[in-house]
Order: sequence, then C-alpha cells, then structure tokens
Amino acid sequence: MNLSTRGVREHTAHPEASAAASTQSTSRRERRQVLLSWLDLRLSPYLFIAPYFLLFGIFGLFPVLFTFWVSLHDWGLLAGNQGFTGLDNYVFLFQDSRFWNALLNTLAIFTIAVVPQLVIALLLADTLNRRIRWRGFFRVGVIIPYITSIAAMAIVFGQLFGRDFGLVNYGIELLGMEPIDWRNNRFASWTVIAVMIDWRWIGFNTLIYLAAMQAIPRDLYEASAIDGASRIRQFWQITIPMVRPTIMFTVIIATIGQMQLFTEPVIFSADYRGGAQGQFQTVAMLMFDEAMRLQNFGYGSAIAWVIFLLIIVFALINILFISRIRSAA
Amino acid sequence: MTNRVIQKFGGLRKNDSRRGKKSVGARGAPPLREAGPLTYIALSITVLLSVFPLYWMFVVATRGNEAVASRPPVMVPGGAFFENLVRTLQNPQANFALGLLNSAIVATVTAVSVVLFCSLAGFALAKLRFRGRNAILIGVVLTMMVPVQMAVIPMLIMMDAFDWRGDLQAVIVPFMVTGFGVFMMRQYAIQGVPSELIESARIDGCSMIRVFWSVVLPAVRPAMAVLGLLTFMQNWNEFIWPIAVLGPDNPTVQVSINQLNRGYTTDFALMFTGATMATIPLLLVFVIFGRWLIGGIMEGAIKG
Repeated sequence: MNLSTRGVREHTAHPEASAAASTQSTSRRERRQVLLSWLDLRLSPYLFIAPYFLLFGIFGLFPVLFTFWVSLHDWGLLAGNQGFTGLDNYVFLFQDSRFWNALLNTLAIFTIAVVPQLVIALLLADTLNRRIRWRGFFRVGVIIPYITSIAAMAIVFGQLFGRDFGLVNYGIELLGMEPIDWRNNRFASWTVIAVMIDWRWIGFNTLIYLAAMQAIPRDLYEASAIDGASRIRQFWQITIPMVRPTIMFTVIIATIGQMQLFTEPVIFSADYRGGAQGQFQTVAMLMFDEAMRLQNFGYGSAIAWVIFLLIIVFALINILFISRIRSAA
Repeated sequence: MTNRVIQKFGGLRKNDSRRGKKSVGARGAPPLREAGPLTYIALSITVLLSVFPLYWMFVVATRGNEAVASRPPVMVPGGAFFENLVRTLQNPQANFALGLLNSAIVATVTAVSVVLFCSLAGFALAKLRFRGRNAILIGVVLTMMVPVQMAVIPMLIMMDAFDWRGDLQAVIVPFMVTGFGVFMMRQYAIQGVPSELIESARIDGCSMIRVFWSVVLPAVRPAMAVLGLLTFMQNWNEFIWPIAVLGPDNPTVQVSINQLNRGYTTDFALMFTGATMATIPLLLVFVIFGRWLIGGIMEGAIKG
C-alpha cells in the first residue's frame, strides 16, 4: 500500500515551481522576497541536515579515527601520550592469549545466541501469522522483553542461573540431575549470556519477520496448496525465501550488536574480567578492562579498532553469503 | 487541514495490518490459516516465558533475600517493597535516587532532541531537492554502521579536554541525533507528508522552517512517537559510556545498578529493587506510547 504511492508523490509538483513562477513580478520588494525565498529554498536543506553531520563528525567519525591514532601510541589514562610506537600494540595484540580468548568467547556466544534466536523468531512469526484471537495481547506479550532494562534483567537472570539459590538449578535438581555451576563452567556461562540476549531479542525479530510474512502475496500459498504442497513445504519453499532479505537484515543487526557485547556479561560477572579464568570475557570487556582498570589507552584502542574491523568483515561476509544464496536460487 | 492529513496518512496504527489484510481478502485470496489449539499453547508458553523474569524480579523486590532462598520458591509478591526501596535509596555506593533523576533527564532530553533533529534532516532528505542529496543519504546509511559505542577511549580523552567528565552533558550531547533516526524519519516522510501540502504552504509564503513546523511535524507524528520511544529506551539502557565517563558520584540508573551488583556482599533485595526501579519507567513509557511501537517496528521492517 505504502510502496505504491511512494513513487507517485516524489514526482509531483515541487516548491521550486512556485519560486520560478513569481520571479516575473518586477516590484523591488517582491524581488527581494523572491531572493529571500530562493535562498531559503537553496540553503534550508543543508541547514536541516547540518546538525546531524556536525554531531556525527565530532562524536562519531572523529573518535573512530582518533582511536586508530591512539592505538599507534603508548598512551596512559593519566600519563597521556607517551610517544609513538607504530604497530607495537597490534603486534602485542596478536600474541596476547587474552585477546584470542575474548574473541573466541564473543564468537561462541554470538553463535549460541543467534541461531536459536532467528529460528524461534521465524517459527513464532509463522504462528502469529494466522487468524488468531487476542492478537494484540500476544504481540504485546512477545515484545515485552524488549521494553526492559538490559542491566536490570541481567541481574535477574544472573540470580535465576545462580549456582546455589538459582531457580534453574532448583528445577534441574527436581528432575534428579546434578546442579550446574553456571558461572564457572565455560560453556554453561556462554549459554546463560545467550539466553539473556535471546530473551530480549526474539520478540523484536518476531515482529520484524511477521511484518515481512504479511507482505507475502496470499495467492502464492493458494497456488501451492492446489499443487498439493504441505504446510511444512510451504514454509520452506515460500515463506523462508520470501523473508530472506529480512533475515539478512536481522543477522547484520545482530552481528553489529553482538561484537560489542558488554552489558550482560559484565553484570553476570560483576566485574570486567568475565569469570575467574576469563571464561566469558568478551572483546568489549577486555577493551574496557585495559582502558579503565589498567589505564592502558593505547592497547585498549588497538582492541577497539580490531572490533571495528571485525564488524565490517562480518557484515560483508553476511552480505556476500546472502547474495550468493539469492543468485543461486 | 493538517488534521485530515494525519488521519489519511497516519499509517503507523495498530490495526494497519488488519486493514491491509481485508483488502487482500477482498481481492479473492484465501483467508489466513485458522489457528489451532497448538498455536495457542505455543503462544501462551512464549508469553509466560517473556513475563516470568519480570514477575520474579517483582516478587523478590517485594519480599527480600529470604524469597531467593526459600524452597519451594515463593511465587506471590510480599509487602516489603517500600522497606527495600528505602534501603536501596540509602545505599551510599549506588546513589540511586540521583541515578534515576539523571537517567530521566538524559533519556528525555536525548529523545526530544533526536526526534526534532532527525525529523528535520529526514524531511530535507525526503522532500527537498538539492545538490548532493543522494550522496548525503548514502553517507547517513553508512554512518549507521559505525559502532560508536566502541570509541570509549578517544571520547574519554575528548571529554577531559572539554572538562565534561562526570557531567551529564557528556552522556547527552553525543547522542542528540542518530543516523538511524534520520533514515527512519526520511522513510516515513516520503509517503507520510504529501508534497502538495508543502507546495501550497510555500505558495502561501511559508518559509522552509515554518513548513517543517506546521506541515511536516504534524504529519510525521506517528513516526516521531516511535523514534522518541526507541531513543528513550536506548539512552535509558546506555551502559558502557556512562560507566566510563560519569562514575558513581553522578550516576545514571545503569551505573547505580552496576554499583549495587558489584557490592562485596550479594544483597538480592537491593539488586532486585534497583532493577525494578530501573524497569518501571520503561514500562510506563511503553504503556503510554506502546501502541505506536509495535506498528513502528513492523512498518520499519517492510521498508528495511
């Protein structure tokens, strides 16, 4: 509905026409007004956009580039710039086992979180995309986790997954199994953080997929039903291909967010080290720990810059991967 | 006149999808698949899992530490909330009352500012012709990809240079306009603001800023509500930057929560009461503006 009207509106008559038409009048006052109006017309767009580019330049682009500059120096929080060291921080980074550990944790948590997140969201969206009673209630119920405070819910989940008093272990013991030391077991700690992420984001993705599914023409399903396709087959052969661009969109959003994963593991660990052995320290936590606790700005900046690069690389891989699938299909 | 436009183009309504569906049905397509009992069971479990952590937070906040340890677990709220609240507010490390106030200020100011500046830029990119428009639009989309959160270190150096460290403007000014917001408002303004209306306002002698104020803003109100809500939530939740630049003396509520969480003894009553207090404002905002949000997320998805 909206898509069809968009093109038409864009090409309808434009304010410029009014300014041009009135230039014919000769009186001086009118001419001045025309000039003012012309200036208004020419300059306003740039003035309207200026705040964004001004603020982004100062607090977005400059810090990102400045990060690279700092990373080439020995730079302390209080000591300030201690001199140019070239790529030393990067050389150190690639030999630093803590960095590889943090990178592994970040990627592992990403994988454990993102796959169930997308699958459950797709299934839920398919479920909501039916003729259903209490539609508004279910939609609100699904989106509620998205409306909460991340740190607050991380506290709640940290308690639910506590070793001694957590309700999850209580349930596990009721089933007659051994309780799990969620913080100290590496894989278990990854799982808890993935659960926190998924609890928050499944509903959000569900609504996005639901919107994409509602845009699929209903006659596609009708035609395939006549051909005798089952519901499951319809889901795989119509629904999934039709929402694929949306899936790509959500995967990229998730990648950008997860590479910077910070709040949930920090609350879960109650410091920036992610457990006694750093078993769930993410790269963002390592960066923060280096910068704030060890006051090592130069090395922290090198880590931050590597996070930037990783985000770009992963986003590109996603785009390439998905467009490959699309051209093959 | 503008009122009529809002009625006509205020697309971000909850029942929008339903309207769309009817028109599809009218064209002779088969109706939606009927939901069976399994559907309702699956959805009910989902809603239960969504709500349970919130409910548990409330139970512990209204009871205290014994609720955490009791077996079988208690599932009914108690009457100790105000007692816990007073203890939380009095905790010297967390500075909780100031944190709540600061977060309310920061989230409100950034939300208003983002909505205004992004509507302005979005309107220009959607409806005005000027040299370099497409390049600027691409620039905005690219800047959305930049993970600004990771630039903590240079931002700290800058804040020291401005002498803003520990002050609220350090967590407000950098977030006063976002690329996401510009893009979102542009997408909405393209079909939400009729060009004829802008044109007739220009003929009547309105300046561009006047056109923006009296024609564009009323027409994009639904998108403004969604963007305002999302921005409010985002800045309320902002974690890494306030911890780095503000510290516990002048905290936001997230800094306060982090302080409660880092206490040497684990006091669940304090932590859960703090968590509840940090969640209630978000839920309130959702109750007020929430009807726009669900439509907004879905609307944005179709275009994205």
